[in-house]
Amino acid sequence: MSTPVVPTPPKKVNRINLEPAVYRGAKTTLCAGCGHNAISERIIDAFYEMGVEPTRVLKLSGIGCSSKSPAYFLGTAHGFNSVHGRMPSVATGALMANRTMLGIGVSGDGDTGAIGVGQFVHLMRRNLPLIYVVEDNGCYGLTKGQFSPMADLGSTLKNGVVNDLPPIDICALAIELGATFVARSFSGDKKQLLSILKAAISHKGTCMIDVISPCVTFNDHEGSTKSYAYAKEHDEAVNEVSFVPFFEDISVDYEEGSATPVKMHDGSTLILRKLEASTHDATDKLEAMRTLHETVRRGEFATGIIYIQPDAPDFISLLNLVDEPLAQLPQTVTRPPKSVLDEIMERHR
Amino acid sequence: MASSDLLAAPAAVSSPTRVNDFSIQVATVNGSGSQTANLVLLRSIFEMGVPVSGKNLFPSNIAGLPTWYTIRANKHGYIARKKEIDLLVAMNPETAREDVLALDAGCAVVYDEVLKLDQVRSDLVFYPVPFDKIVAETCPDARLRRLVRNMIYDGVLSRLLGIELAEMDRALTRQLKKKAKALALNQAALQAGFAYAEQHFADRPVPFTVERMAEAQHLILIEGNQAAALGCLMAGVTVVSWYPITPSSSLCETLIDYLRKYRMDPETGKATFAVVQAEDEIAALGMVVGASWAGARSMTSTSGPGISLMAEFTGLAYYAELPAVIFDVQRVGPSTGLPTRTAQGDIAFAAGLSHGDTKHILLLPASVTECYTMGIESFDLAERFQTPIFVMSDLDLGMNNWMAEPFPYPDAPIDRGKVLTPEALQQIGEWGRYKDVDGDGIPYRSLPGQFGPAFFTRGSGHNAKAQYSERPDDYTNNIDRLARKFETARAAVPQPEIDIRPGARVGIIAYGTSHWALVESRDQLRDEEQLETSYFRLRAFPFTHHLAEFIDAHDRVYVVEQNRDGQMFGLMRQELSGTQISKLASVRHYNGLPIDARSVTEEIRAHEARMALPPETSPEDAIVGAEEAV
Repeated sequence: MSTPVVPTPPKKVNRINLEPAVYRGAKTTLCAGCGHNAISERIIDAFYEMGVEPTRVLKLSGIGCSSKSPAYFLGTAHGFNSVHGRMPSVATGALMANRTMLGIGVSGDGDTGAIGVGQFVHLMRRNLPLIYVVEDNGCYGLTKGQFSPMADLGSTLKNGVVNDLPPIDICALAIELGATFVARSFSGDKKQLLSILKAAISHKGTCMIDVISPCVTFNDHEGSTKSYAYAKEHDEAVNEVSFVPFFEDISVDYEEGSATPVKMHDGSTLILRKLEASTHDATDKLEAMRTLHETVRRGEFATGIIYIQPDAPDFISLLNLVDEPLAQLPQTVTRPPKSVLDEIMERHR
Repeated sequence: MASSDLLAAPAAVSSPTRVNDFSIQVATVNGSGSQTANLVLLRSIFEMGVPVSGKNLFPSNIAGLPTWYTIRANKHGYIARKKEIDLLVAMNPETAREDVLALDAGCAVVYDEVLKLDQVRSDLVFYPVPFDKIVAETCPDARLRRLVRNMIYDGVLSRLLGIELAEMDRALTRQLKKKAKALALNQAALQAGFAYAEQHFADRPVPFTVERMAEAQHLILIEGNQAAALGCLMAGVTVVSWYPITPSSSLCETLIDYLRKYRMDPETGKATFAVVQAEDEIAALGMVVGASWAGARSMTSTSGPGISLMAEFTGLAYYAELPAVIFDVQRVGPSTGLPTRTAQGDIAFAAGLSHGDTKHILLLPASVTECYTMGIESFDLAERFQTPIFVMSDLDLGMNNWMAEPFPYPDAPIDRGKVLTPEALQQIGEWGRYKDVDGDGIPYRSLPGQFGPAFFTRGSGHNAKAQYSERPDDYTNNIDRLARKFETARAAVPQPEIDIRPGARVGIIAYGTSHWALVESRDQLRDEEQLETSYFRLRAFPFTHHLAEFIDAHDRVYVVEQNRDGQMFGLMRQELSGTQISKLASVRHYNGLPIDARSVTEEIRAHEARMALPPETSPEDAIVGAEEAV
């Protein structure tokens, strides 16, 4: 009598035959339960499911709790934890140097809305092909919980201090500045966040994703508008986001008029289903702004794809660069011949 | 480049008239189109083979404020600014009176007749010219007269000084060759000026003239910023990010012109470079650092206020060990300071830019040739040492035209430094991003998207494997290695140029554009004071062993620079012994005007005289300042 042979289950791999573990990073040093860790998990899932080679990714960040997180995903990708609020410029330089890389930047609400708002403005304006995730907890976690400029009016600190200034709505700001992919999500909404991130990987241009990510240590109390409880209560999805990557067959199962399909640059399809409570049209800039203002007026925050313009020229395209990365051009290309020097010398004679 | 490269001509004086040795100051109103006239004047003297320099003293303004252009022609090749003016062209009613009062007796003044300057002083030689009348006759269109009016003084000077009218015409044609109508009008004005002088001043010759020489014939005339841009082009720059600021803007603007012309792929028409005008200097350097991290050769150029903003990214690039080339075309600070005037005021700040312990490599170009050669060298050094390199130019060098030998084509291949390759990895065995495998403090780096393992770049504490670390020994090991790397740089940076004169007890150290005043000042000291001096032209920071040796070999050493606080002098004091420091004296010039020989000579002469007295001087007396009335 022989024991039945149990076939070992095939290893789980993605479309480029990489295992999920390849997409993981170092062990997190953030607080247990931090929303940022959930976002890192979704980033891992999105890159795995999209079959992106991690060594083709540049991970960048500024300073703060959020900015530590690139160490916790895609361990085989080069990462750059730069200076406070200045990651956009570093990413701009890096992607100009090597246009073949896929860039993802992680920032926070202080890193983006306060010290970094200047560079944020110009990043949106340039439409650099970069996934720009703002891990938004309304406070400075690493310096123990001070308000950020994205904290809501009337929100309180643990010690009772009330925020008496209005918040910067970076989604509205981004749209105003010309951003071409603006989304908001909640770290606790796995499905929505994953779909948004996958769509972002397909987008050619800046993807500004504001993710409400509660700070369990300094901003998860009663009176905070960025707590888990508050976020769950006030999250108002403006659309249901489904994403069909280019390498999968599209099986459209929505009624005419009930959803907007958006063709992405790489051939993927983003399907934005309308929800009963919302008539939001994410392809219309005015509609997007209206939705944002109306949800704020109701005391809610809009999530989903707020605005998308899949075919606007991105910054790297505008530079009209050669296909090969600038970083790898040989001397024969980068140093003009002696005849050029002679010509210039002649002009100065 | 030593001054000796730039001609030492035999004097060809056959009459009491001074030949090829004078300075002209043209006083005009900013925005009145005087630049064309001034450049034509400069170039025509240059084309006659006479060593010449032109310095633009302009206001921070687009139009309406006074501006001065000084031209110095000198057969001996002295091209530093000369304090004394021999001939004034007074075109600006606002400043004419003050300009005339500042002259030495006997000077010549060409002026607009209506200003009646001959009533201000009687000890000058006046050449009144009815500019409005002449321009009305030569330029029928009243709206254009303002733009061609200045060309009349070129015609007058051509006659007065013996500058060949044909050379003036050629220089003018060169400037305006694409604007036929403007050219014709200017030519007419030029000739009318000449004719007026011929008719009215033939009996009143000025006591100095221009005569053709063979010296400057093969030379080029170029601005330092243009030369630096050319250096960047030849260095193979691929990413440029900048923010406009006087006096550095023309560096990147020229570079953009070069890149668009010479660095488009001939087959695809696509760019082999990227240029961004950033939102500020912080972002400019951020892009440079991001680009170099990803493997591009990247640069920015700025001036003092931009350097202030770049402190943060400079510290990151130093600590995370990322190459960056930063041109600092220095202007007068602090704060906005005098944005259109020159200084060497950023030396101390740039040398240690950032919080924490940092030391940076500074290159110190003295000439347009060095703007070019150091421009090329800076990229190699940045990548070899994986650190920011500052090229410390200044407004005088960057924005004025200077003569030079045609630049040499670089003979050394581009050096990308220690980039991890399969061969290098095999050789070094275990790789760590910040591991000192060669004992020179310089680790190997892997580049994103290219060969080798990834690592996490950060401005926070890290160990040899680039892992986050707050361990005391990791920190000290790393920061000590960075100091070791800086020591390695001493032998790799541009070495000083040293001229030891036998028997000289006095030495002089200078750097950058101060060099040109020193060429002349040393001759003055020798001829007037019988003081033979040795000379040390510093070309980079960190210092080399030559510095201490030079000081040891002399009794007294003057450190000449263009700032108030003796910034390089201060850096030297940090490294030298007490005995060496006691030999140093600081000579400083800081009024916004380019340093001149006479100021230096006077300071050194006065200090030498004090030294000859019985010794009762305190160390503080060793600090002397060159003051000058503007």
